This record gives sequence, C-alpha cells and structure tokens, in this order.
Amino acid sequence: MDFFDIVVSILGSTIRLSIPLIFTALAGLFSERSGIFDIGLEGKMLAAAFAAASAAYITGSPWIGLASGIGVSIGFSLIHGFASITNRGNQIVSGVAINFVAAGLTIVLGQAWFGQGGRTPQLPADGRFGPIKLPGVDAIREVPFIGPIYANVISGNNILTYLAFVAVPLSWWVLYRTRFGLRLRAVGENPGAVDTAGISVTWLRYRAVIVAGLLCGFAGTYLAIAQSAAFIKDMSAGKGYIALAALIFAKWKPVPVMFACLLFGFLDALANFMQGKQVPLIGEVPVQIFQSLPYILTCILLAGFIGAANPPKAGGVPYTKER
Amino acid sequence: MSTASVPLPRWINYAVLPLLNLILAFLVSGLVVWIIGENPLEALKLMLTGALGRGEGIGFTLFYATNFIFTGLSVAVAYHAGLFNIGSEGQAYLGGLGAALVALALDHYVPWYVTMPFAILGAAAFGGLWALIPAWLQAKRGSHIVITTIMFNFIGAALMVYLLVNVLIVPGKMAPESRTFLEGGQLPKLDWLMAMFGMKLGPAPFNVSFLIALVMCFLVWVLIWRTKLGFEMRTLGLSRSAAAYAGIPYTKIVIITMLISGGLAGMMALNPVLGASARLQVEFVGGAGFVGIAVSLMGRNHPIGIIIAAILFGVLYQGGAELSFDMPNITREMIVVIQGLVVLFAGALEYMFRPALVRVYQQFTKG
Repeated sequence: MDFFDIVVSILGSTIRLSIPLIFTALAGLFSERSGIFDIGLEGKMLAAAFAAASAAYITGSPWIGLASGIGVSIGFSLIHGFASITNRGNQIVSGVAINFVAAGLTIVLGQAWFGQGGRTPQLPADGRFGPIKLPGVDAIREVPFIGPIYANVISGNNILTYLAFVAVPLSWWVLYRTRFGLRLRAVGENPGAVDTAGISVTWLRYRAVIVAGLLCGFAGTYLAIAQSAAFIKDMSAGKGYIALAALIFAKWKPVPVMFACLLFGFLDALANFMQGKQVPLIGEVPVQIFQSLPYILTCILLAGFIGAANPPKAGGVPYTKER
Repeated sequence: MSTASVPLPRWINYAVLPLLNLILAFLVSGLVVWIIGENPLEALKLMLTGALGRGEGIGFTLFYATNFIFTGLSVAVAYHAGLFNIGSEGQAYLGGLGAALVALALDHYVPWYVTMPFAILGAAAFGGLWALIPAWLQAKRGSHIVITTIMFNFIGAALMVYLLVNVLIVPGKMAPESRTFLEGGQLPKLDWLMAMFGMKLGPAPFNVSFLIALVMCFLVWVLIWRTKLGFEMRTLGLSRSAAAYAGIPYTKIVIITMLISGGLAGMMALNPVLGASARLQVEFVGGAGFVGIAVSLMGRNHPIGIIIAAILFGVLYQGGAELSFDMPNITREMIVVIQGLVVLFAGALEYMFRPALVRVYQQFTKG
C-alpha cells in the first residue's frame, strides 16, 4: 500500500469513527448550554443502540430502528430532566445512574429477548443503513488525488454520516440565529434573568434535554445499525465520555465540536492503523497512548494551559425560583 | 411555599427517606424481572438465600462488601469537602499497582504480616497520587474535579493495560497479569472468624482486608467528626465562602482531602489483589469505584451507613451471581441495573418523596 492509499484509508475510518462522537457531543452541547450537565451521554447512546438494533431486527426497517433509538434515548433524557430540573437533584449523580441503568438493562433485556449473551442477532443488509453512492463517483474515480478521496472518503457513507455533518451547521443556526437558541444560551448563563423576562426556565431546559436525547438517539443508531449490523454489549465503549471531552475541547461551540470530534476520531483511526507497526526512531508506539490522548489533552485544556475552557456559568446548578 | 426547607426529624431524613428510595429501586427492578418473564419474588428469594444462606455465600457477600466499604469511604470523604470524586475506580486500579509492587518485592522474604503494612502504604500512596493531579487541577487551575477524575479513570485504565501487557506480564504467558504472589504476599482468609459463628467459609475469598476496612471506617469517623481537619473539610463542603472567611486554606484542604479519598480507594485493591487472586489482573476493580458512589449516597456519607450500604451491595453482587446461575434468563448485569436504580432514586431523586413526607409529618404532629 503506498502512502496515498494509507491516507485515504485513515481518512475514511476517521469519518466513520467521528460520527457517533459528533452526534453525542452536539447532544451534550445543547444540554450543557442550557445549564444541565450530562454525563449520561454514554448511557443514552448505548440504550439507543440497543433499541435501534432490536427494532430493526424485528421489523426489518432501519427507519423504525432509528425511531426506536431516538424514542428510548429521549425517554432516558426525560428521566434525567425529571431528576435534575423538576426535582433539583444532583445532575452528575443522575447521569451516573443513567449510565448504569443503560449498561445493565441492554444486556439483561438482550439476553432475555434474543438469548445471545446480550447481543442482538445479526441484521440483514436491508435492515441497516447502507452506503450511499454520490453522483458522479464512477466518472471521477480515475482522476488522480481527488478521485479516490471523493470515491472512498466522501461518497459511500450511509445517510446518518451525512446527517451528522448537516447537524453541525444546523445546531449553530439554532443556537445563534433563533430565539430558542438565544434563550437556551441565556438560561445556561443566567437562568434568573430568563425567568425575570417571563420565560419558563423549566420548559426551556426540558426542550434542551429532549434535543440532547434526540441527538444521542442518532449516535446510538449509527453505532448499531449503520456502522455495525447488530448491538454488541458495551458497544459505546467510552465514546460518550470522549464526546464529553470533545465538547470541552471545543469550548461548547458547535463548529469546533465537529473539529474536535474529527481530531479524536483521527487519533482512534491512527491507533488502529499503528497497532503493531514500527515508527522510525521511536519503535512501536503503544496503542494506549493514542487511546488516552483525548483525555490527557482535555485535562491539559481544562487546566488552562491551552486557553481557558469555561463551561456555561449556571451549569450543574438547579434553578430555584423562589429565592 | 416550598416544602423543601421544612426540617424533618433525623430518623425520617436518615432512615425513612433512604428506605423509601431503596424500596422504589427494588420495585422497578422487580418490574424489569417481571417483564423478562420471571417471578420477581422468586428471584428475590434466590438472591437472598444465595447471598446469606450458607457460610460460603456470606463469605462472598462480605468479600464484595469490603471493596464497597473502601470505595464508599473514598467517595464520602471527598463529598464532605464538597468534592465529587468520580475517579475512585481509577484510583483503586492504580492502588492495585502499588499493592502488587510491594507484594512482588517482598513475598520471597517475609511473612504476610510484614508485607501487609507496606502493601497498605503502597496501595494508599498510588491511589492517592492518582487523585493528586485532579486535586491540584481543581484547587489551583479551577478545572472541574468531576470531569478530570473521569478523564483520569480512562488514562489510568490505559496505563495499567500497558503495564500489564508490556511490563508486568509473565514472559511466555498470554494473559495480561502479573506473576502469582507467594504466601508472603497474600492476605490470609478469615475462616476462623466465620468458624466462630459456626460457618464454613469454603472457597470464598473473605480475608483480612475486611478488618482493615472496618478500622478505616473508624478512622474516617474520627477524621471527619473529631479532628480540626475534618471540621475544616466539612466547613468547606458546606460553604466555600464561609470557609474562606474562617481562614481555611482552600488549596490545602482540597489536596489533602483528595489524597485521603484516593488513598482509601487505592486500599480497596488489597482485597481483590492480595486477598483473593494473589496477582494483579486487568479489571480487578470491576466497577467497585462506581458502586462506591451508590454506597456513599445510600449511607448518607457516614461510616456506619456505608458499612450497611456496602453489605447491601455485597448481597446484591453475591446474590446476583447465584441468581444468574439459577435463572439463566436473568444475567449478572441485573445487579448493574439495580445499582443504577439505587443511584437514581437514592441520589438524584433523593427528595422526590420529601414534600409528601413533610405533609404527612405535619398532619401527625399537628394532630
């Protein structure tokens, strides 16, 4: 394999590995911008993946899979909302609980329903979101440089991949160009002011949490029925936390979120590629270094060594009206 | 008018509320069991007999409880100072490295009771050091301790896998684990303690770590409620600005608290590494760090409460294992679900019942 082929192949897997991160990090973006910390992203993604794979297997339709994934994920979001908005509970504790329940429930139900050790059965091709061939692929394939990149990186992905890249500018537009977005950002900084303006803090935050559920639903569905063809236990494998790291890395802004996710996806792709390979002068680089790099970078960023990362001011604080 | 600020007597706050939340968690778990098509009462019976029926079951229950006492104390100590340490998992993992290095160095030369104090120190030092960086970042650079400790869990896991696969592995073996410690590096079982109650321990790995855990409970109680440092920690936990006015140094208290918290989490490793498997393995922590959050919440951050909650979770773990054996339809992960529900109801939805309880209480006290 020559160098250019390697680049194309790594770019391709970077995109594939970034998609669930992008959806999940955007989910966290909406939630945290409204002042609700969400470390339950991991659990929601996992639950959505399970729901999507189960529904797609039973009905044979990826769209019903997607709808189920989103539905279940929003359900978990509402529990988080109920605990942290209505009951003013500790948001971190609630997020931890959601991760536990999702991790356990997917395996318990998976085993009870399908009897394959917590997995769902393999989906047939038309139960998944298959690759989409963009127009002009065959015509341009032979063009040097652009051809292979267009054919193997840009074209041939599934619909959720393209949706993820649509979701980024859309999120930006919603957050910065709509009234809902303005209020959402305001409620994360100063809920008292929003309340004084006669806008319901509770309802705004609930909507933000529902949007987060929706986006986690996409992420989970992508994992189970677009990237893979079944649910496998613990298949989210820490991606929810990486997304959280990406969100911090991007300083809670939509377009940087995308780039942070692509960076972390790239590190993951590079780690897979480098496994067992020798680097001149250094020797074999342990995979674990790539794996922990997103976390290390986030800690360094949080320490303010590469610019400050300031979370929304009211984040994590329940809003009490009558004080 | 809010009912949230009406004072309730201690027995309602510390017994009735947690109990109600616990019952709710179990009801929902029962619902899950019922959805799967099994009888929840039957499952509960199997669980309880599996965990408490025989000496061996009790031995396993107390073995798990030992883990949870350590991690529960770890979370609770940090909590008293207003810090939410979510990194006990990683700190316990690193603590295992400290304990194992001591055992590997000493087991050829000295008996276990000489190794033990060094192993305790090693485990506590490594666990504490793993909490030190997040503590420093929180105290000095203002990074949120929840996020940094989560990140450190993952970094710790990656580091340990690297060490076990590349450094500590026995040459020629496939499994990523250290060599087995000799007797001088193993903590003896407590079969004599079980025998005093007329029970046989069997193969259950219930060991001396349990006694260390109880000593730590006492020391934590002394620390929090009987020392100046504990007072300063609690003041900081209640109000950072009040602590500042009282001249309590924020940086110092945060760092000391997290060192103690991480040290306690690290000591958890004594139980599985030196007490049970006699070697350092991947994933020996097995989520005990996270269970510690549930244990600390359930036990209201008090050592006595933590012991009770830890035993409850020990029952769940051991009973859950037995249950999955007898009802193959219910997998071991059922305990993860129950655990999650306990965290949800006892932690995040802690005060759901409070307004109703306040009303009932006011009715009774008026009449």
